[in-house]
Amino acid sequence: MTALLEVEGLTTEFPGARGALPIVDGNDLRVDRGEVLALVGESGCGKSMTALSLMRLVPKPGRIVAGRVRLEGRDLLELPVTEMRRVRGRRIAMIFQEPMTSLNPVVPVGDQIIEAIRLHESTSRREARERCRELFVEVGIPAPEERLDAYPHQLSGGLKQRVMIAMALSTRPDLLIADEPTTALDVTIQAQIIRLLRDIQRDRGMSILLITHDLGIVNELSDRVAVMYAGRIVETGSRKQIFREPVHPYTRGLLRSNPTLAQPGERLPEIAGVVPSPEEWGKGCRFATRCADHFDLCDQEVPELREIAGDRRAACHAIDGGPAGGGRS
Amino acid sequence: MLAYLIRRLAYGVGVVFGVLFFLFVLFFTVTSPDDVARKALGERVPPAVVEQWKINHGYDRQLFPGPGAWQENMLFEHYRRMLTFDFGRSDADDTPIADRIRSGMMPSLTLTLPLFVLSLLAAIPLALLVAFFRETYIDRLGVVISVLAMSVSILLYIIGAQYLVGRLLHWFPISGFDSDPQLIVRFLALPLLVGVLAGVGGDVRFYRTVFLEESNTDYVRTARAKGCGEGRIMVRHVFRNSLIPLLTRVILAIPFLFMGSLLLESFFGIPGLGAITVDAIQGNDFSVLRTMVYIGSLLFVFGQIITDFSYGLVDPRVRLE
Repeated sequence: MTALLEVEGLTTEFPGARGALPIVDGNDLRVDRGEVLALVGESGCGKSMTALSLMRLVPKPGRIVAGRVRLEGRDLLELPVTEMRRVRGRRIAMIFQEPMTSLNPVVPVGDQIIEAIRLHESTSRREARERCRELFVEVGIPAPEERLDAYPHQLSGGLKQRVMIAMALSTRPDLLIADEPTTALDVTIQAQIIRLLRDIQRDRGMSILLITHDLGIVNELSDRVAVMYAGRIVETGSRKQIFREPVHPYTRGLLRSNPTLAQPGERLPEIAGVVPSPEEWGKGCRFATRCADHFDLCDQEVPELREIAGDRRAACHAIDGGPAGGGRS
Repeated sequence: MLAYLIRRLAYGVGVVFGVLFFLFVLFFTVTSPDDVARKALGERVPPAVVEQWKINHGYDRQLFPGPGAWQENMLFEHYRRMLTFDFGRSDADDTPIADRIRSGMMPSLTLTLPLFVLSLLAAIPLALLVAFFRETYIDRLGVVISVLAMSVSILLYIIGAQYLVGRLLHWFPISGFDSDPQLIVRFLALPLLVGVLAGVGGDVRFYRTVFLEESNTDYVRTARAKGCGEGRIMVRHVFRNSLIPLLTRVILAIPFLFMGSLLLESFFGIPGLGAITVDAIQGNDFSVLRTMVYIGSLLFVFGQIITDFSYGLVDPRVRLE
């Protein structure tokens, strides 16, 4: 498979009380053509900011300070603003966690999709509307013709997310970034949306960067997984590798504490302690305060994300050699 | 919809009754019927003349309803006259008030209507521009200038403009009015300039806040994510959603255009309803003052209902029930 999107050393900072805080801290990512990469982590670990950084939509006062985001070799961070606008929507589309508020409340949903189409293609309104109707059929919106003229408040949350998906698909993007697409929805609707995303991905051969904290969804949808903790990616690998043989202590803890993967009757083990806030990040490994395996080096130095085998990477001193091995290889 | 209208009208009646009551109480707390009479007649008149004047003008009765006098009191008469639109004559110069309103409305409107339109045309594009450049120096500069502009007293604008433009540069007459359309423009230039200058700072700040609030919403992020340019986002997404708070301010102001502008009219010698009101306050002219306040409160209630109905036009979510 060929890489569609390659991210290197992406760093996004927000001003803090004592200097800038790297909410996204030097991360590498790769999304291949036609694959689903899941970016997993707890709330506040920087997943969404990573996604917004890829689109160059980081809200002020945050800003991207370093890194490269290459889409088919072209660095998006170097593009002039007008060029970047042609990438948004057209090459990379995005859907959000809050379908309730993500659509303009005073514009009929059909018009919002027609706008998306006509921003990128010189199509007549009528053609765009027809394509919009077809998209509504594809994403499973009943009575598509009437729904084109509906306002967002007339649709349920699930339907709104389907509209968002239709909008994202309308310009046939190469990559869809789905930022917690089901978190705000009812459980039954969640399953429908996941199934829809899976079908669309299969039919269109599109790549998806799926951002979620829900390991059940990761298991259902993803090809590869990147685990994020406190602004840094700590482990990447194929779905099988991550679920069967997680190596990073955080990934292991995360999997053990997941109810969907636990045995019935078993008490779920939790990861002791709480996620440190960006102000509390020390110079060492950010997971060290909660890690059972931690040793001296962990407090002194941030572990690099290193290749373990093939496409497998992890950022942990214990894996790099452990206390006996003297740390770095 | 009809039920809604009826309910709003009922509230409106309450508001108007309350306004008339407080006006009456406040006026006769600071002044007495004797003061009204003396103001109209002059200080050096014998008490008998004052008493006769009070009888002629209905100021001889007791103020509030009492035993055996639930009709024979001034408060009852006050309500009766206002509610039947029987405005009567001015206490100060005995002219019919209805005539004065008729003759004052046009001068007022020739000032306030262009002022209203010009202010909107100045403030909304400026606010959009400042909001477009949010968190840059242009934005900060815009806010600083706005705050400065709104902090300066309107009196300073008036005096400054009359001195600089009228006296030093001789571009426009300092004050006055004429019914000849050719001359009106020259007479209105200064009050319009002052009115726009004095109001635009506050307006820009208000509209900027509204636009900024809408700029931070999720659907604006969606619009950016689909490749919308910032200018298009401001006009198509932010502006349209800002119409609700905007209309509240704008439509509510329209009825008051009929009432004229108190300060501008009296300083620039425009014989409109604003000037009439100021004269009535200064001259203890209760019958003129209450008429102006009464019409103002009616226009306010009317404006509120119109505003509510306008929401339904700009926001599909609004349904009046």
